[in-house]
Amino acid sequence: MVRYGDTTAVKGVSLRAPRGRVLALLGHNGAGKTSLLQVCEGFRKPDGGTVRVLGLDPVAEHDALMPRLGIMLQSGGVYPWAAAGEILRLFASFAAHPLDPDMLLDRLGLRKVEKTRFRRLSGGEQQRLSLAVALVGRPELVFLDEPTAGMDTEARHTTWQLIEELRSDGVSVLLTTHLLDEAERLADDVVIMRSGEVAATGTPAELTAAAGIDLLEVRADPGLELAPLKARHEVTETSPGEYAITGALDTHALADVLAWFAAADAHVTAVSSRRRTLEDVYLSLTRQHGVAVGAIK
Amino acid sequence: MTVTTSANVSTAAMSLSRGRIEVLQFFRDRTAMVFTFLFPAMLLLLFGTIFGDSYDETGVSASQVYAASMLAYGVLTTGFVTMGSGLALDREDGTLKRLHGTPLPVTAYLMGKAILVLTLSIAEAALIILVGVLVFDMPLPDASHWLTFAWLMLLSVLTCSLLGVAVSAIVKRARSAGAILNVPVVALQFISGIFIHPITQLPSWLITVASLFPVKWMGQGFRYVFLPDSMKSMEAAGAWELGRTALVLGVWCVIGLVLCLATFRWSDKDR
Repeated sequence: MVRYGDTTAVKGVSLRAPRGRVLALLGHNGAGKTSLLQVCEGFRKPDGGTVRVLGLDPVAEHDALMPRLGIMLQSGGVYPWAAAGEILRLFASFAAHPLDPDMLLDRLGLRKVEKTRFRRLSGGEQQRLSLAVALVGRPELVFLDEPTAGMDTEARHTTWQLIEELRSDGVSVLLTTHLLDEAERLADDVVIMRSGEVAATGTPAELTAAAGIDLLEVRADPGLELAPLKARHEVTETSPGEYAITGALDTHALADVLAWFAAADAHVTAVSSRRRTLEDVYLSLTRQHGVAVGAIK
Repeated sequence: MTVTTSANVSTAAMSLSRGRIEVLQFFRDRTAMVFTFLFPAMLLLLFGTIFGDSYDETGVSASQVYAASMLAYGVLTTGFVTMGSGLALDREDGTLKRLHGTPLPVTAYLMGKAILVLTLSIAEAALIILVGVLVFDMPLPDASHWLTFAWLMLLSVLTCSLLGVAVSAIVKRARSAGAILNVPVVALQFISGIFIHPITQLPSWLITVASLFPVKWMGQGFRYVFLPDSMKSMEAAGAWELGRTALVLGVWCVIGLVLCLATFRWSDKDR
């Protein structure tokens, strides 16, 4: 549990991040992602509950834990007058067996700004340097707080590639993100947070599959009398002859819908279905109760 | 990229690489350079020119006295103000937090800062001595006085830096650090015989107050190093009191260390 004054930022969160996997923490701004990270990183003492990171207490066993962690903060705390290369080498000097800073500079496309002072770097370059700083100590576990925020498309792909390499080297990664495609592409496990609580956990496949088919589109004769079907499903005629049935549809529901078209003697010429994406799941989970489309009835 | 776990880097090595960045950082920031580094030398030029008269009998000019006293001011500002405001800034802008997320221990962090302050103080002292010698004909002392200079310098830097670290804990915002930290600095300059010499012009109770703080003893010590022995008659006790100087500075050192350890925070709690 984490509290700021009277506000409880994180409560009752219980999660396990297995080794060698990428866990993505999703949630709106203020959902408690950063607070949760801060507790894991030992920056804050939890106001209740226990936290163990690599089997260690992040506050009490801070000194033993830090050499094994790589932490990427959202911003701040880098010497503005020092050059990118100097900063990375400084952080490398804290580690017993650092990665080669030159290799990281090359990999993250920072070679050309190696001698540029931090304050003159672009937002994306600062972000990439911050990632390099988190990785240079050869950590076993990496915390990345919105790692690709402010990066251009190319840098984002490089970062994703690096994270995938980390995983294949057995490094565990815990990242927060607002980008659903990032989570869907990278994460082995996803935790969706809402108001400081865990709203859902699972692999991206589990989370999307649990919701089944989300949308069924049927093309048939225009102007069918939909009232009987509307009693059982969310159905609208989006344009003449185009029918959209929304909501979580399992096999029975699908059969029921198509049986109704058959009973109405309609000529069905096309049927298409769309599975829910992580984004749909995320949106329906993080919306205020009762606001989500189709959840009212 | 393979995973390895093993022994940690020595604190000394980390302190050195931190110190290097700190020094580099300071000298690249021209504002800091001018306002904290060159200021005491500028003040010396100003005071030395305005009050150029010689003291009776002794043949020592006021500007020479200022040159010696200004060393105490230089060490005080670099040690106390640079350390105090630097720490407040590091705490506010997240530097301390980021470093706390690495294997860097607090000792290595502070040692890095200490390397900066020591480098600055030595450079500062060299500059002031240079101005004193070149502009105001201050004679350079003999070897035994330099030995006193060495321990006095070290003890003064240590005391001022530790107190700077301790005071940084009560500085809420880095923006106000300069204002807060300069209050004791300026007040102590006036009552400790740095700006106003001889100190015996002050009411005796004020001299007693000043004697409780380190600045009076630093100024007195540096005057011992650079002025002829006859000038001791102008000191509060009519003597140089080197033993007492060491004692007072030593006690403040310990007080500073205890306060440091008790108050050090890695981040702002109220954020």
